[in-house]
Amino acid sequence: MAPILDIKNLRKSYAGGFEALKGVSLQIEQGEIIALLGPNGAGKTTLISTVCGITSATSGQIKVGGHDINTDFRAARRMIGLVPQEVALEPFETVINTVKFSQGLFGKKRDIGAIEKILKQLSLFDKRNNQLKELSGGMKRRVLIAKALAHEPRVLFLDEPTAGVDVELRKDMWDIVADLKADGVTIILTTHYIEEAEAIADRVGIIANGELLLVEDKTKLMAQMGKKQLEVQLTAPLSAIPDGLVSYDLTLGPSGDALIYTYDTNAERTGITQLLNDVAKAGLSLRDVVTRQSSLEDIFVTLVKEDAA
Amino acid sequence: MNWAAIRAIYIFEMSRFFRTFLQSLISPVISTSLYFVVFGAAIGSRIDEVNGVSYAAFIVPGLIMLTVMTQAISNASFGIYFPKFIGTIYELLSAPISFFEIVLGYVGAAATKAWFIGIIILITSFFFVRIDIQHPIAMFAFLILTCISFALFGFIIGIWAKNFEQLQLVPLLIVTPLVFLGGSFYSITMLPPFWQAVSMFNPVVYLISGFRWAFFGIEDVPVMTSLFSIGLFSGLCLFAVYWIFKTGWRIRQ
Repeated sequence: MAPILDIKNLRKSYAGGFEALKGVSLQIEQGEIIALLGPNGAGKTTLISTVCGITSATSGQIKVGGHDINTDFRAARRMIGLVPQEVALEPFETVINTVKFSQGLFGKKRDIGAIEKILKQLSLFDKRNNQLKELSGGMKRRVLIAKALAHEPRVLFLDEPTAGVDVELRKDMWDIVADLKADGVTIILTTHYIEEAEAIADRVGIIANGELLLVEDKTKLMAQMGKKQLEVQLTAPLSAIPDGLVSYDLTLGPSGDALIYTYDTNAERTGITQLLNDVAKAGLSLRDVVTRQSSLEDIFVTLVKEDAA
Repeated sequence: MNWAAIRAIYIFEMSRFFRTFLQSLISPVISTSLYFVVFGAAIGSRIDEVNGVSYAAFIVPGLIMLTVMTQAISNASFGIYFPKFIGTIYELLSAPISFFEIVLGYVGAAATKAWFIGIIILITSFFFVRIDIQHPIAMFAFLILTCISFALFGFIIGIWAKNFEQLQLVPLLIVTPLVFLGGSFYSITMLPPFWQAVSMFNPVVYLISGFRWAFFGIEDVPVMTSLFSIGLFSGLCLFAVYWIFKTGWRIRQ
């Protein structure tokens, strides 16, 4: 099946000569959630803005649902919903009117039932007649989502949707995203919160300096690049690693009371059994054994550092 | 054609007008009444007639034009500038809507508001002076054309403006003087020959003259010249808007 979003060799240069996107190519399948991670200024928002028509591409091609965003912009844009990074809302307008406006703007006939359903889903129904200036920051973010969903898009862009919102609302957003995915909506989100990508994304893309460093299935990425650490905590601190254990790639914990062993989860043999046997042979007494897996954040930091180098 | 989008923009813009309906209504009524007191009663009592029309009646078309032009400009310029200022322009740019449809929505709403205020001023003037409109259809046509062309002009200003000061700059420094010097409160023929010649370079002269002809059948310049000039002005504004959207000037990066 053809990808619902097909970006080929996308380049964007600004008037001052700054190259925000340097030949980005990306294919996204229908119904998947992809998280774009990257430091500030990496090109995440430029990429989204270009797909949505807010920024013009310098070169390259973008198709949404098979429709070119330039030659067939109406069909392409009807499929897209955008929740922008900045909370931009007309302060004196009511919640329901601003959502009605969005529905009409995207060519949909007035459908109050559909709007009320969205407002209920987003816990905004009770506030529907409130002016937007009366709402809290979190509520305003929900309104932005309601506006983006008002024309039932098939591809939803969430540009840092949970930036600056509290933990409860963030979890609510994740639930909303899960519901949308269940309805077959494709979601592309940018985020600084790596745990967010870890929690909800199917695939992860990492952008730095206008380049897409990688796009990989989240679990595969973590399996491929994830390192695991075994921490053997000792009852008595050591001043050096005992002779019987020097063949292992061990490091001594900061206080000398732990041996840290880094291993590859994909390796055929991790060497843990032999290590624990040798630790016992060395006469060391164990207090506890703890394992830790590197997070997406560690992977992200490693990749961006490698790119910078 | 995305009619739903045009309708959405139009309704959204008109709702701003209705939110402040009382201010929108009272303000032109008060200012018109003041003009009638100052120009009609105080100054008018010293001027008998202009081209066979009582001075109080003579100033009505100019008074309507003065307000309609400034209202059309300010409504249209604010209408498109405000989304730029608060950031909601992203929605317009990402919607399946052509630039022509965006203009139709914003300019249509701004022209409607200006037209509505023009009619309020006309009704208010009936309380002060007797007016027999000789060419009512032409009068409405001139009014509508003026509303649309100046709303287009206002739209361009709204796109051009980078801040609220610039938004006020053109109406304040260019439009208001041109309207005041365009024969709103006097006939061009009352000026010395030199200033009559200078006035011919003021496009507003043609608009007010045409509009006044529709009221009283008197004109400073031939009515066809007035029609041509308003058509030319509208055409220039349309071309400028077309160019703005073609290039994305000050809208799309």
